[in-house]
Amino acid sequence: MFRKTFALAAFATMAFATAAQAGDQIRIVGSSTVYPFATTVAEQFGKTSGFKTPVVESTGTGGGLKLFCAGNGPDTPSISDASRRITQSEIDNCAANGVKHVAEVVIGYDGIVVAQAKGGPKMALNLDELYRAMAKTVPVNGKLVANPYKKWSDINPKLPKEDIVVFGPASNHGTRDAIVDLVMDKACEQYPVIKALAKGPKQVACDAMREDGAFIEVSENYTVTLQKLLAMPSAVGILTFSYLDQNGDKIQAATIDGQVATYDNIASGKYPLSRPLFFYVKKSHVGKIPGIKEYIAEFTSEKAWGKDGYLAEKGLIAAPDAQRKAEAKKAKLLPDVKL
Amino acid sequence: MTDTDLVQNVPLTGIAEKVGARLSRRHAAERRFRAYGIASVAMAVVFLAVLLTSIIGKGYSAFYQHEVQITVALDPAVIDPDGKRDHHALEVGDYRTLVRNAMVSMFPEVADNRHERRELMDLVSEGAEELLRDKVLANPALIGSTQTLWVPVTADVDQLLKGHMSRDPARGGQFSERQLGWIDSLTTHGLLKSHFNTWLWTQGDSRQPELAGLLGAMVGSFYSLVVTLLLSFPLGVATAIYLEEFAPQNRWTDLIEVNINNLAAVPSIVFGLLGLEMFLNVFHLPRSAPLVGGLALTLVSLPTIIIASRVALKAVPPWIREAALGLGASRWQMVVHHVLPLAMPGVLTGTIIGMARAVGETAPLLMIGMVAFIVDIPATPLDPATALPVQVYLWAASPERAFVERTSAAIIVLLLFLGVMNAGAIYLRKKFERRW
Repeated sequence: MFRKTFALAAFATMAFATAAQAGDQIRIVGSSTVYPFATTVAEQFGKTSGFKTPVVESTGTGGGLKLFCAGNGPDTPSISDASRRITQSEIDNCAANGVKHVAEVVIGYDGIVVAQAKGGPKMALNLDELYRAMAKTVPVNGKLVANPYKKWSDINPKLPKEDIVVFGPASNHGTRDAIVDLVMDKACEQYPVIKALAKGPKQVACDAMREDGAFIEVSENYTVTLQKLLAMPSAVGILTFSYLDQNGDKIQAATIDGQVATYDNIASGKYPLSRPLFFYVKKSHVGKIPGIKEYIAEFTSEKAWGKDGYLAEKGLIAAPDAQRKAEAKKAKLLPDVKL
Repeated sequence: MTDTDLVQNVPLTGIAEKVGARLSRRHAAERRFRAYGIASVAMAVVFLAVLLTSIIGKGYSAFYQHEVQITVALDPAVIDPDGKRDHHALEVGDYRTLVRNAMVSMFPEVADNRHERRELMDLVSEGAEELLRDKVLANPALIGSTQTLWVPVTADVDQLLKGHMSRDPARGGQFSERQLGWIDSLTTHGLLKSHFNTWLWTQGDSRQPELAGLLGAMVGSFYSLVVTLLLSFPLGVATAIYLEEFAPQNRWTDLIEVNINNLAAVPSIVFGLLGLEMFLNVFHLPRSAPLVGGLALTLVSLPTIIIASRVALKAVPPWIREAALGLGASRWQMVVHHVLPLAMPGVLTGTIIGMARAVGETAPLLMIGMVAFIVDIPATPLDPATALPVQVYLWAASPERAFVERTSAAIIVLLLFLGVMNAGAIYLRKKFERRW
């Protein structure tokens, strides 16, 4: 007993004495959508550069930026991945904690797909129908009312006579923000009754998802959504393109505004539900934590984010040539982000 | 005499009927209870069987993996153009070209077509380059020679050959007619075979499913458990001994006892938050380190160990204590020489149950950064690491389909871990058990 206690005490002192070695390895946090890409680059980088492989945590965009902005210490993350742009309040929070210089790089695009299990009738949706299926309040005959639609065919008789069940990301996902931006806001702005509202009530009217069981939030990862879709063939789910890409034999995507969710359509911007992906770099760490510049160089090299790069195989949609060139230049100079 | 009178006075037939009816009702109740018991056991067995068959059915195929035999000419002009045999130059050498040349030599008809060459290279994993690099670094004298070796195919080819992917592109098949032709031709020539999946046991995590392994997670789990055991066993047993054998019975010890029992029921994520605040933000221990994971898991397993140890100490008959004290032993000697050794089987069982709970926890590890993509195998408890249940979670969340079978394989390994620990508990209990 006693000997064990001494061993324990010795172990503890040793542990505390050597604890100060943090900061010899890049730490990356952030979006679960960017996670597959960030980890692929991290692995390649670790294998070929001679630096330690960066540690990548999937915390969600918001959670990642919170950790990222906590301070300049060597144990804080050096890079935060994001599936939406950083907000002014996040920049302010960073600055308040001493993280004054943050650089932004757009790494490519991601498509959001509305998918269902294979075998069911193929759905052809437009933004307005999608909005009407998901919103808490919708304009009917010039008045805002609680969402009355039970079946898809209630929205548009051409759609299937199935109950509306949408599995979508919960508000901890960056994808949820993208859905609000790309679908809800765009579709509801079309209605005069909503246009006439003041900013606050307008946001409530446009952004609130229905809570009567037709829109089911999934706060875990997309695999859960995928499994729910397979278990419930009449339901649709909101996923990112890489899941459709990897599971094309199990799920199919609805067309949006007549556009099929394919790599080419998303890359060319024809498919309406696409959004840029970012990472943010803490400039105070560049030069202090070994390998940050080299990691960024690997990420922004043609063999990684290019049209035929290894990230394309993982489902990343490459940015247009000119934008890639501009972003690669930014990645070298790392200017401060400006909204 | 009076007896017979009594018997004659009471209507005998009525009693017999009543007793008989009650008896059969009592027997029926007993039969019903047995039937319920058997039904519930059967249900548990069915659930367990369904769980195990689904995990093993999905996971067993991850333990083997298809490999292709290639014959590589280690051309010095490609890997070491300077000819200096410099270690760094060999590390960054262009092994991909060597693999491509080897593949093209098997199908010379694609040599002039860039698109077809790419399709051919889609069949063989990046692991081939790693194997070559390791081989050359271990023995630079091989440069210039021709080597034959088995290298892994990509996860998609592996899934196709395991029957998890359709050949038909309309049903999700990822391969062109030409590629399917190559795969078939390699298979018929015996150059594409399934082998035991060594990567799973020797590598850390990877984005390429065919190269992903559990070693990093196993080492991380091991370090965390060592830290947990070293801390929670002495602390837990000491607490139990003090409370059971030395502490006075008063309101304070009652309060402590109630709180320990409550701690055992606290959701483990709370301990993770505590770990984040205390170990990371106050003590500034490194994030993602198994040391911190072990500290958080200590908090999880400590109440279990204390409660089990106290029960074990209580079960030691009081006459052992009285005899020891009567012969002049001090209280400390009584505990260390007599009570504790007799209570040891129960204490050890409790410890191992506590450890088994700790090995399956992910929630406390989430807050302290152990749920992360970590490739390097941790060398010390201070290096970033994951743990087995975390690896299960991370693989389950990956979009690549080959991770489905690997997730189940990781669960099987985790269950084996738990099985070994429980077997250890049973062995120790049997070994130390004493009857009186």
